[in-house]
Amino acid sequence: MSNELVPTDNSAAPQHAPRATDINPASEKRAEQQIAILFGLSGVGSLLLIYSYIYVAGDVFIFIPIMGNQNAQQLGIGIGMAMSLFFIGIAAIHWAKTLMPDKEVVNHRHEFRSSDEDREELIKVVKEGVAGVQLGRRKLIKRSLGAAVGLFALPPVLLLRDLGPLPGKQLEMTNWKAGTRLLTDPGNRPILASDLEVGSVVQVLPAVEDLEHRPLSDIAKDPVLLIRLRPQDFQLTPERLAMTHEGIIAFSKICSHMGCAVALYEQTTKHLLCPCHQSTFDVTRAAKVIFGPAARPLPQLDITVDAEGYLVARAPFNEAVGPSFWERNSQ
Amino acid sequence: MTTTEKAVGNVANFVDERLGAARWVKKSLNKVFPDHWSFMFGEVCMYSFVILLLSGTFLTFWFDPSQRDVVYEGVYEPLKGLTMSAAYASTLDISFEVRGGLLMRQIHHWSANIFMAAIVAHLLRVFFTGAFRKPREFNWILGILLLTLGLVEGLLGYSLPDDLLSGTGMRITSAIIQAVPVVGTYITFFLFGGGFPGVGFIPRIFTLHILIIPGIFLAVITIHVMLVWYQKHTQFPGVGRTENNVVGHPILPVYMAKAGGFFFVVFGITAFLAAVASINPIWLYGPYTPGQISAGSQPDWYMGWLDGLVRMAPPLETHAFGHTISWNILIPTLIVPGIIFTGMAFYPFIESWITGDKREHHLLDRPRNVPNRTALGVMSITFVMISLINGGNDIIATNFDLSINQIMWFSRIGIFILPPLAFIITKRLCLSLQRADRELLLHGAESGRLLRLPHGEFVEVHTPISPEKAFLLQSHEQLTPLEIEDVDARGVRRPGALKNKIQRRLSKAHAVSVPKVTEQELKEIESH
Amino acid sequence: MKRLSRYRRHKAAGPLLLIFALLGIGTTFSVASATVKESQNVFSRSASIEEGKQIFLKGCSSCHGLNAEGGSVAPSLIGTGAASVDFQVGTGRMPMADMSTQAMRKAPVYNEEEVAALAVYVASLAPGPAIPEESALNYERDGNSAQGGELFRNNCAMCHNFAGQGGALSQGKYAPTLMGVEPKHIYEAMVTGPQSMPVFSDKTITPAEKLSVIKWIKAAEAEPNLGGATMGRIGPVTEGLVAWILGLGLLIGIAVWLTMRAR
Repeated sequence: MSNELVPTDNSAAPQHAPRATDINPASEKRAEQQIAILFGLSGVGSLLLIYSYIYVAGDVFIFIPIMGNQNAQQLGIGIGMAMSLFFIGIAAIHWAKTLMPDKEVVNHRHEFRSSDEDREELIKVVKEGVAGVQLGRRKLIKRSLGAAVGLFALPPVLLLRDLGPLPGKQLEMTNWKAGTRLLTDPGNRPILASDLEVGSVVQVLPAVEDLEHRPLSDIAKDPVLLIRLRPQDFQLTPERLAMTHEGIIAFSKICSHMGCAVALYEQTTKHLLCPCHQSTFDVTRAAKVIFGPAARPLPQLDITVDAEGYLVARAPFNEAVGPSFWERNSQ
Repeated sequence: MTTTEKAVGNVANFVDERLGAARWVKKSLNKVFPDHWSFMFGEVCMYSFVILLLSGTFLTFWFDPSQRDVVYEGVYEPLKGLTMSAAYASTLDISFEVRGGLLMRQIHHWSANIFMAAIVAHLLRVFFTGAFRKPREFNWILGILLLTLGLVEGLLGYSLPDDLLSGTGMRITSAIIQAVPVVGTYITFFLFGGGFPGVGFIPRIFTLHILIIPGIFLAVITIHVMLVWYQKHTQFPGVGRTENNVVGHPILPVYMAKAGGFFFVVFGITAFLAAVASINPIWLYGPYTPGQISAGSQPDWYMGWLDGLVRMAPPLETHAFGHTISWNILIPTLIVPGIIFTGMAFYPFIESWITGDKREHHLLDRPRNVPNRTALGVMSITFVMISLINGGNDIIATNFDLSINQIMWFSRIGIFILPPLAFIITKRLCLSLQRADRELLLHGAESGRLLRLPHGEFVEVHTPISPEKAFLLQSHEQLTPLEIEDVDARGVRRPGALKNKIQRRLSKAHAVSVPKVTEQELKEIESH
Repeated sequence: MKRLSRYRRHKAAGPLLLIFALLGIGTTFSVASATVKESQNVFSRSASIEEGKQIFLKGCSSCHGLNAEGGSVAPSLIGTGAASVDFQVGTGRMPMADMSTQAMRKAPVYNEEEVAALAVYVASLAPGPAIPEESALNYERDGNSAQGGELFRNNCAMCHNFAGQGGALSQGKYAPTLMGVEPKHIYEAMVTGPQSMPVFSDKTITPAEKLSVIKWIKAAEAEPNLGGATMGRIGPVTEGLVAWILGLGLLIGIAVWLTMRAR
């Protein structure tokens, strides 16, 4: 491909009018000065950055209209950096536009397709090469090669096996067992049924051995929301009603859609709303989905009180909490 | 010869004797780049990528990619004494204890947002002007690949600080992977090193975010730019511009100065945004624990449309044979985006099949002159915009006194009705614009000067348009429908072949346009 | 099963009510002493009950009923307590200007004394949560903002957003912003659960923890803009808009200038 330069054929169009800087020495001088000023501004920016970095303390705040109280150091370094970069760019562009030659030039294009001779030659070379391998004749090599390549692909995949444990039944298990106390989160205090007034809500976690170091993967499954309603507000089946205690009902806080914390409890409508995708669950009807993309109600935890009157789980969750997965048996 | 020239000459001689670079460099420096503001989007992408590399490297010097529990003892009072991951704590330290660290974090994040915005703007420019046509299909596909990589890279970067918002994003990501039939649960456990959030995902996505994906990025961007270089840039039609040339400024010195200057401008503007506008204030979000959530949990804008699709999805799950398939997750996050991205990647071939056009194209289309393509583009934008609006429905609801339920229903219905409507309206609009062009060419521009004729009638005086403008208005090709004979590959007549039928119908729809002004018409007008 | 649980409920309800009643009466007294600063005798208390009743009859009874028993458009106020009145009337939510989805915060209609009288009157109807005393609201001394932040993210952020800026609820309802709300009113809201908000009882979130929450909210309110203009502290939506409009907008402007021919 040749790349010869040819001046633009502008026969049909009027010539570009010369720029002011091309014909007027005064404006050429002015452009030069402008460019110098722009480069100068960039330098000012750099100095501002250096000054702010060294001399402005990190806890100084200055008030700027509209923006409010700003950290002086952050603002100084930032504006300094912005100026030092921006004005170099503007100066270079202004220079190119006003003082560098503005004559447009033409490159010619050529078809990308190779010539027929080149193609034929390539085909010949490739064919010769392939023939030299003699795969067609040497069946034994061909087969063993296939087997070797097939096996060779396995180890890299196998080596990734230890990235994580197998799921097993983990997604179906939580720390809720029969008799597990419900503890406030945060605070880890057991809860008496009388602690909750009608209309109140509290997030709880199960009592486990090490309260200080709950793994996050447990917190991703264990949180439960306790809500107290007037018992007459419930519209539950007898089995579900039996899982409540004196108007206190407990649901998994982990959304059955994508696992966000469903925590927006609207006391008047008794709806739970998930802030991620706005699935809405009706607490009075066992967290039935009444709006949004969730397809399943939130799992309900069976609760009662122990001998000391503290709220405990009567049984573990009878289904997996959180988002769906292939192995989940949702029947 | 000055001493400087001599020194440069010596170095050049040394290099050329060993690499023979002179010929190649000479050829490259003669390259010509056409000027148009919309051609700068690609450069914004490339420069933003460089800014991301630079600011990202700075951040890695302090960032501790670990989920190890630490107790925060830094300077930010409202979080003091809380247990959090080392990743979050070190991000707080970068923000408050490294001078300029917060600025760099904000440059990195703003730059990522601008990077993605510029990729989309660049994509739209290439699409609407038909720059993807032969011989540039490969580059179009590479571009789609870069867009996809950008989405993933952005999501991973957003997740690294391990704050409440990013953890929520990861929770949703894990739910998406978990929803994949058969293997989903296993992939989640391997990815996260156990049940969500596991112990390993921060270090793992860190490696992906700073090494593997940027590496792929760098390779693909290089090929992308080399192909532009090799195939030469497209240009808009105009006097002196043909399919066989490219008119513009040479690399040296004008283009070099402008493009180089523009890098500093992009960096400067990004730094300016980072200096004056807060982005991702992770110290307010708090450390991630799965039991907490904030109102208005949103992803960054380029993921927002996917989140919007998820929100409007129907509550569908299939339960059968002890297994669960979550259509409410699979459809909006994998199936629909899969169709959209595959369709985008194949569009150049689809269009060329429809038009039967197998020629090389180096002159760009004005969008109005290809109504069908333009309408398709606007239709897609409408689809994404509705999804995006629904992705921010809670923010919109609180700020404009609306209800999230109303916005959700608007989106659920609108996603089916509005894009086709946008298609029809755009196509009409394009045809009107073509008609206006035709009028302009035949009768000249309206001057706004009124004349009263002797018999009382008022007429507006039309002034003829400039020859360049006239040239531009008639430089496009008249679209013609494909004439397909009903014969199959072996030449046997097959009248009802479905493929031909579809192709014929699409081709007809594609070719709807206003007839171009013929020479005869021009002459007739002139003779008046 | 169902009958059994009901029976048990009835049995527990009696003593419970008694405890509440005793507690309520006790706190009502302390409230009255905190809000009405003049000499504390039975006479002045009943006088302010009378005054409150008059205000109630004029301003509230058309919706809430002559004896605050509630009506078709408004709930009963019996047992809501002084704290509830102080919150609803003191923040201007009540009386409601129009019957829209939700009462908005606005300039209060009644002055402090009138609010206090109303509160005493409603508290006299039946026991309910009392207005916290000033000495019990020293959040600067008794609160811990880190702990408050954790409580806030657990119990408040899902509706009021991570920085207390408010957020959307279903059907056009919303959780209001917490910026510029008096500590006393924040406390009362947690205790009484106004409108859509649930109650956070003192047993599950102790008074000290409530003060921590208030301290955190006040710290968030007073926090200077550490990283530049905050754009509402509502997350990535505004950030995306700024990136497109300001970021890409400025760059397009410069690209147009860059490719324009100089004159």
